[in-house]
Amino acid sequence: MDLGSAAAVSLAVRVIPCLDVDAGRVVKGVNFADLRDAGDPVELAHRYDAAGADELVFLDITASSGKRETTYDMVRRTADQVFIPLTVGGGVRSVDDFDRLLRAGADKVSLSTAAVTGPDLIDAAARQFGSQCVVLSVDTRRAQGMASGFEVTTHGGRESTGRDTLAWVREAVARGVGEILLNSMDADGTRDGFDLDLIRAVRGCVDVPIIASGGAGRPEHAVPAVDAGADAVLAASIFHFGDVTIAEVKDALAAAGLPVRPLTA
Amino acid sequence: MGVGPDLMVAPAVVVLDYGSGNLRSAQRALERAGATVEVTSDPDAVLAADGLVVPGVGAFAACMAGLTAVNGPKLIGRRLAGGRPVLGICVGMQVLFDAGVEHGVETAGLAQWPGVVERLHADVLPHMGWNTVQAPAQSRMFEGVRDDYFYFVHSYGVLDWTLPASDLMLPPLVTWTDYGTPFVSAVENGPLWATQFHPEKSGDGGARVLRNWIETLA
Repeated sequence: MDLGSAAAVSLAVRVIPCLDVDAGRVVKGVNFADLRDAGDPVELAHRYDAAGADELVFLDITASSGKRETTYDMVRRTADQVFIPLTVGGGVRSVDDFDRLLRAGADKVSLSTAAVTGPDLIDAAARQFGSQCVVLSVDTRRAQGMASGFEVTTHGGRESTGRDTLAWVREAVARGVGEILLNSMDADGTRDGFDLDLIRAVRGCVDVPIIASGGAGRPEHAVPAVDAGADAVLAASIFHFGDVTIAEVKDALAAAGLPVRPLTA
Repeated sequence: MGVGPDLMVAPAVVVLDYGSGNLRSAQRALERAGATVEVTSDPDAVLAADGLVVPGVGAFAACMAGLTAVNGPKLIGRRLAGGRPVLGICVGMQVLFDAGVEHGVETAGLAQWPGVVERLHADVLPHMGWNTVQAPAQSRMFEGVRDDYFYFVHSYGVLDWTLPASDLMLPPLVTWTDYGTPFVSAVENGPLWATQFHPEKSGDGGARVLRNWIETLA
């Protein structure tokens, strides 16, 4: 089968903002002009939809499991009003959590720590809901002693798992993951660009879509990430603070000849 | 236009509930597009609705099993026999073909259209994200759609449209999308419409497609 690089020529590169949510409220400063409520996920989702976001990721950092109900309510309110794909992750530990998020209106659910400690959750979720809605979020950093040079971490990169990143993503895809959200803990916060070596390495061993995350600082950073094998680019603070707009990232991609979904406005 | 108040009553749509997954977005998007919507598998409601939406995510075989468990094939067949509109979405479109082949196992579909749902020929699967469509000029589904990007999430599709042309019937309108190779991304066939993409997640363009469908229900 010779498909070549023209194979996916009309599928747009996705540009995705990630919002951290605590107890149903968006945290870590979002700085759009004229926001009525900078912590309201629904208002922010609307803004990002209008700004051209191809998808939204909510990362739930709610520490107390007693407050999980606020997350479902937030997903419901957002999905009721914003009609672009919605991925929700953070704290998902069971098939039941998964089911509740999908029923609340999430299109995809991302698994992270719980998948590392109990990978059967991937199989169970993929069997019940389909691979297309199972996203594996991998926090990874360079580490000695790993065959690939990259290690899976948890807790925002603070804890090692001793697992090789490439071995883990291969296993996860075999178990049924339909997409990988690849977070480089080395590049995260640097604003120096995405971790191209990491993207290339993961692209070389799995055939599911890859969302590149960590390191975005300028619009043009998206281009080499896509060339390295990413299907989508994700960022948080640069979008939230208004340093870079979704439209600027799309313009940079388009200028490099990559397909993007134009803004509808 | 002289439309009386009685004709402005919102069409009643049922979203067929035959398993888990995100049905809420479909419900809300249809409501936004002008329908009143009930999510149910109650046979009387399914048959009485002005329009029936058959959603579907996951595996072909699992969707067929779920549909069969709520008597879906028979209910859909009865609606279509009476010319009553049905809209299949994603795997809800795939099951309208003869069969699906996943992991080497063939599962019979509803056989409304000839053809087999098979794995797409592309380097990266699922086909996930926003892609364009090439719709026939006469398409009613895409009437007035300016932004032609729609949201897809699937690994399988129909690569060959094999229904022979006939003078005896109006040929279905087939819309195509390219991902690796061309596949069928929408069909309009009398009362039976279907999309491989998710109109309920496709922003304003998707809303327009849903509105165009709802307008056929009045």
